Amino acid sequence: MSTADTAIEKMSDGERFSAKAEIAGAVVSTISSFDEAVAYAVDLCQKRDLNRYEIDDSGVNLDGVKKTIAAPLLHEDEYAHLVETCADRDISCIRDGMRSQLAGVDIGLTYADIGLAETGTIVLNCPDEELRLATMVCEYHVCILPKSKISADAYAAESQLTAFMLDSPTYTAFITGPSRTADIERVLSIGVHGPLELHILILED
Amino acid sequence: MHEAKNLKEYRKQCQESLDNEYLRSTLDKFAIAYRASRNNAFADIDIDELIADVAQMKDDTLKQLDHYLDQFTRQAGAAGVVVHMAEDSDHANRIIADIAHQAGCRKIIKTKSMTAEETHLVPALEREGLEITETDLGEWIIQLRNEPPSHMVMPAIHLSRYHVRDLFSDITGRQEDEEIEKLVKVARNQMRRRFAEGEMGITGANFAVAETGTIGLVTNEGNARLCTTLPRVHVALLGIDKLVPTVGDALSQVKVLTRNATGQAITSYVTWVTGANECGAGDDERKEVHFVLLDNGRREMVEDPLFSQVFRCVRCGACANVCPVYRLVGGHKMGHIYIGAIGLILTYFFHGEEYAKNLVQNCINCEACKDICAGGIDLPRLIKEIHTRIQDKDGHPLPSLLLAKVLRNRKLFHSLLRSAKWAQKPVAGNDGFMRHLPMVFFKEHDFKALPTIADKAFRDMWEEIKPNIAEPKLKVGLFSGCVQDFVYPEQMVAAVELFKDHDVDMVFPMAQSCCGLPLQMMGERKASRDVALQNMNAFVKEDVEYIITLCASCASHLKHSYPVLLEDDPKLRPDVESFCSKVIDLSSFVHDVLNVQEDDFVGDGKKVTFHAPCHLCRGLGVHDAPRNLMRIAGMDYREGAEEEVCCGFGGTYSAKFPELSEQLLNNKIADIEGTGAEIVLTDCPGCIMQIRGGMKKLGKDIEVKHTIEAVSERRKKK
Repeated sequence: MSTADTAIEKMSDGERFSAKAEIAGAVVSTISSFDEAVAYAVDLCQKRDLNRYEIDDSGVNLDGVKKTIAAPLLHEDEYAHLVETCADRDISCIRDGMRSQLAGVDIGLTYADIGLAETGTIVLNCPDEELRLATMVCEYHVCILPKSKISADAYAAESQLTAFMLDSPTYTAFITGPSRTADIERVLSIGVHGPLELHILILED
Repeated sequence: MHEAKNLKEYRKQCQESLDNEYLRSTLDKFAIAYRASRNNAFADIDIDELIADVAQMKDDTLKQLDHYLDQFTRQAGAAGVVVHMAEDSDHANRIIADIAHQAGCRKIIKTKSMTAEETHLVPALEREGLEITETDLGEWIIQLRNEPPSHMVMPAIHLSRYHVRDLFSDITGRQEDEEIEKLVKVARNQMRRRFAEGEMGITGANFAVAETGTIGLVTNEGNARLCTTLPRVHVALLGIDKLVPTVGDALSQVKVLTRNATGQAITSYVTWVTGANECGAGDDERKEVHFVLLDNGRREMVEDPLFSQVFRCVRCGACANVCPVYRLVGGHKMGHIYIGAIGLILTYFFHGEEYAKNLVQNCINCEACKDICAGGIDLPRLIKEIHTRIQDKDGHPLPSLLLAKVLRNRKLFHSLLRSAKWAQKPVAGNDGFMRHLPMVFFKEHDFKALPTIADKAFRDMWEEIKPNIAEPKLKVGLFSGCVQDFVYPEQMVAAVELFKDHDVDMVFPMAQSCCGLPLQMMGERKASRDVALQNMNAFVKEDVEYIITLCASCASHLKHSYPVLLEDDPKLRPDVESFCSKVIDLSSFVHDVLNVQEDDFVGDGKKVTFHAPCHLCRGLGVHDAPRNLMRIAGMDYREGAEEEVCCGFGGTYSAKFPELSEQLLNNKIADIEGTGAEIVLTDCPGCIMQIRGGMKKLGKDIEVKHTIEAVSERRKKK
């Protein structure tokens, strides 16, 4: 075991989560309020280039396409704050209708249900299809993880996971870092079919 | 896909792979990188404990397979999934085609699934007029080339960025760049529309949780998430071996799977699908979900006491990653559909003897797969057992029958070896090597010089050299094995001299014969058992504390195979247990038991390196003893690259697959040369025969010796 690994073993679950998530290629920040998450998502949206994919014969035309943040399942007041923040920045917000956005959205803004420190994994239990799609077709996934929801490892969260699945139907996602592949010459490449970047915002609670 | 009609044709196909330099260098690089990333991934985990836990969990599941199948079916059904049982491949394919037709689906998006490869699902659906797109990048690439996967986890590992560039250029109609990052983006662009248009998604499953009716998908790219979300119909095809009782059991399986497969602590996505989820494209906003559970020979395996352990396989592909033969020939030659060691076994059960009969012979028995297996499956033994079963059913080839006949009769075998000494005269050089190969060998075996039979066998000199120990500290039995008895008796003599200095009393029972491993390798199980009994009986009357052999392969075979070979007769058990517990390899005996010290030797600082025989490092788990001995005896030990990779001897393997044996030998010699050592030491006469013969043939002046020779030569004179 290298000294770096030994150091990670001695960390708290929160610190270990961040270290492991970063090893997996996620960008991890700490925030103290939801408003900071909105600021973060909007800022990221503005910094990144607009991009869309061809999904039918009409091809891709970026003229008049606005950058979009998809944020299903936010509380009413949280969503209202997001809409307000985006309004004067020429960014549109959506919380449903994800099936009409398969050409892509810029940001998916979500909450995680559990964080697994051992691997830097976020767990999203998403029986809701809008939430599921937002985490799949966004270019950049920004996920808020309340610090209190970080478990040491998946075994520590086993009863919660089992409870999710016994309340069927449901769709439970473990997400660790961005979408990746090594299928060409075993060279690691980021962003195949899923998000190009994963940003995890640990919310002090 | 392996479809050679006979061994000759199969060897020719292997040669074609050997000549593919791109493939070879890719697999070489991968083999080395894999080791490093796996070690890293398991750094903070007790691997053996995790593997044992998963194996136990899978074994327990198997004992109540019907119970868990029933529970899974009920739970999945309650969550809105239709569960189907498929007897065989055709049945599974029929079920899935019918689901597509009934739901009016034509466009299908699919994820990577070895089970779908097993049933030849895609061509079956295409014959039904359905349009299937593979969405995993590697699978899509090979689909465009109309090829099967060459690795269970990395299906397109045999292809370069240039192959992919050309394929993608054809698809997009413009010249694509070969930069990998850009090629991945081409796939991202191209695939989105296919996801959007997919009416039905087909996936496999890495596990199925009985308590919740959930299936799990372990992936990196994110295509499985889209395939299980966008289309209005989802069909998962999975073997009944994917069942685990609880969510926690599934977590353990994931933990070992990703680390063993690619050295990742976890994949980007682990997706748990429970029931008929909300789906905007479905009737009543619900997805239509079907789980097709496949038998296809799995039940037959469960009922077989030996092969039921195959159920522990988690399809990580590690057995291919470490297989020296896979590394040379790639997955298209080292498997039919399933690849690597497990592939040879599954081919027999899932696709039949015809496809398995050549493949099972291409195991060099180095045990690297057994050592790395996530389920602790004794893969080499199962491969040998299949070879035996096929021979017992179809008849044994002549050389194999002859070997069995000769080795069963020790006196006949030894008199043949003695007469070979005279028969070889016209071709024997005076340097201990054959000048020309006698007619019994084919020309392909010419890659190494073969040793001559010694003038006097060890057994014939024993009476003269047997030391008289006045006050013995220990009494041991010597098991020479045929090679050291008849070809390299000087290695035995070196051991006797060192033991004498340490007041070890020795016996050499004359009734001992070949250990029987060559018979096992040739699929001659009955003869192998007869020989095992002869050897055990030869020693059982002797009052010795240890049974020492200088041959790691003999030691490992005596210790680990005899209890299995002789388990059919419970009366033998006490003798077998006593015999096996006494067997020890030379280096461990000298290092751990005699506990030799630097003071016992006159060191000369010679640069030496070590080749670890497969059956020493993996078969017996001995790593440090020989290397420490070199240092204690005053040599300058230099660690070589990949010391624990097979030298290519493999007993009868080198005669059956000379081309592959030669390449493994050349790799080994290059690694030895890389250390700058003047001498290479090893603990197995077979490895010595192989490496010394290769050095001679290539004109290298690196000495090849048994560890005992080098250690014994440096004894302080008493």
